[in-house]
Amino acid sequence: MSLRCALLAVALLALLPSPARAQALVADLSDHLIAITAGFAGTDVLLFGATEGEGDVIVIVRGPEMPVEVRRKARVLGIWINTERIAFSGAPAFYRVAASRPLDQFANEALRARQQVGIEFLRLVPERQLTPARLEDFRQGLLRNKVYEDLYSAKVGDVSFLGPRLFRTRFSLPANVPPGTYTVEVLLVRDNQVIAAQTTPMLVNKTGIGADVYDFAHRHAAVYGLVAVLIAVLSGWTAGTVFRKA
Amino acid sequence: MHLYLPIAEVSLDVFILLGLGAAIGFLSGLFGVGGGFLVTPLLIFLGVPPAIAAATGANTVIAPSVSGVVSKLRRGGVDMRMGLVLLAGGLAGSAASVGLFGLLRRIGQIDLVVSLSYVLLLGTIGGLMLSESIQAWRRQRGATALRKKLHKHTWIHGLPLKMRFPQSRLYISALLPIGIGFGVGVLSGIMGVGGGFVMVPAMIYVLGMPTAVVVGTSQFQIIFVSANVTILQSIGNQAVDIALAATLMVGSIVAAPFGSRIGARLRGDQIRILLALMVLAVAVQLALNLVLRPVDRYSISTPPVPAQRVDR
Repeated sequence: MSLRCALLAVALLALLPSPARAQALVADLSDHLIAITAGFAGTDVLLFGATEGEGDVIVIVRGPEMPVEVRRKARVLGIWINTERIAFSGAPAFYRVAASRPLDQFANEALRARQQVGIEFLRLVPERQLTPARLEDFRQGLLRNKVYEDLYSAKVGDVSFLGPRLFRTRFSLPANVPPGTYTVEVLLVRDNQVIAAQTTPMLVNKTGIGADVYDFAHRHAAVYGLVAVLIAVLSGWTAGTVFRKA
Repeated sequence: MHLYLPIAEVSLDVFILLGLGAAIGFLSGLFGVGGGFLVTPLLIFLGVPPAIAAATGANTVIAPSVSGVVSKLRRGGVDMRMGLVLLAGGLAGSAASVGLFGLLRRIGQIDLVVSLSYVLLLGTIGGLMLSESIQAWRRQRGATALRKKLHKHTWIHGLPLKMRFPQSRLYISALLPIGIGFGVGVLSGIMGVGGGFVMVPAMIYVLGMPTAVVVGTSQFQIIFVSANVTILQSIGNQAVDIALAATLMVGSIVAAPFGSRIGARLRGDQIRILLALMVLAVAVQLALNLVLRPVDRYSISTPPVPAQRVDR
């Protein structure tokens, strides 16, 4: 679906009489299904929508939640070793946020904490209690590593308005985007209050031969192992015979 | 050009993978070491999860080893008999290492033990090898070819169960290669590598095998050890990425003959110097990792990591 068609559709939708008219916020994605094929090297997803009335828009993209273990190294007898570890739950595998204006101009901390807007407001639940300072160090360690892997971003992307009501934003999924069910949350904010919200699912899925390989590896693990060995032996054997000549 | 790896769940440049494969093949052909100690860290550096890097590395190493054995068989470059005896010890050793691995995990410092034993082992082996081979090389250049005694008799030759290994021109106790195979098997089980870089020096210095036979024989037994690891990792962890292995193998198969050809042209002492330098380089690298302040003291992983070797 081209952007123009999509925007037109949204515009028409927004002009329609009730019940669509009653909605303060309508948004949709250019793709609900991200197919990870053999040549996948990341992709861009476009979100577009329309608002009813005044307000700022925040878009939050979250990957499936997975537990994460954070380890901390310390120097013992001159050697750096992992001395402490803690697991967190509630960390999305992927996280991006975009807004129509700098967040501090329209969203206060209470709102951002409630809606988990920005990586510093992610609700990461530690498996056990630590002193607040130490816990914060581990939290920061987790976020730093996730940003380094390009799975989180500390930056806030742009949501641009085209006229008073139509908006759009674009976020890129890197090549290492974890498969799973994502949610794309769109918030309409006015006076530090969320006055409308919409959540759209987005599925990131392996398809084609890659998916088949993955399935096979998990369903018939022993056969898969044998096949892997067989491929290696055969290709080695062929090469050894071909290059034998002289 | 990118290739999405279905098990590793990352997308990598095909040409980087082919180049990495070529490096493995070259080393395999030249030294008879599988290159597992090289490929696993490099894959991790490229972003492949550690468990998958180790398992897939083992799978990859099979191909150049097979092609090496195939091409050396007819030149008499493989001592089958020795290979089988080493292998018997190796399989017993890797079975034993499973228990040891579990014990170290329970203590909670498996990574440290692995890194430290790597550094000590590689440092010692590399250092000894380098000094020996440089001496041999200088003797050769000095033309005053001081003929050493073919071999010295030590307590080692008093061991029972003597066996004849015609291809290696040895008449030694079978306990010796079984013991070495066992030791290397334990190491490879814990470290997650084929162990060629330990096996090759052991064959040269402890067993006294001629360098010409060592490479092929080492490759011969690496085939079986790596196949064992590949199948166990597939069943236990689903950690073998066939797409990744296949791409690496294409590179390694092409490069292995060049390694063999260069290896055939070099003298034994020259090969040993090169191998010693490489082993030392890895040891230094690992030692630096242990001693230098890490870029980030915090690291993350997703915990449902199966109970298996994860690093290096």
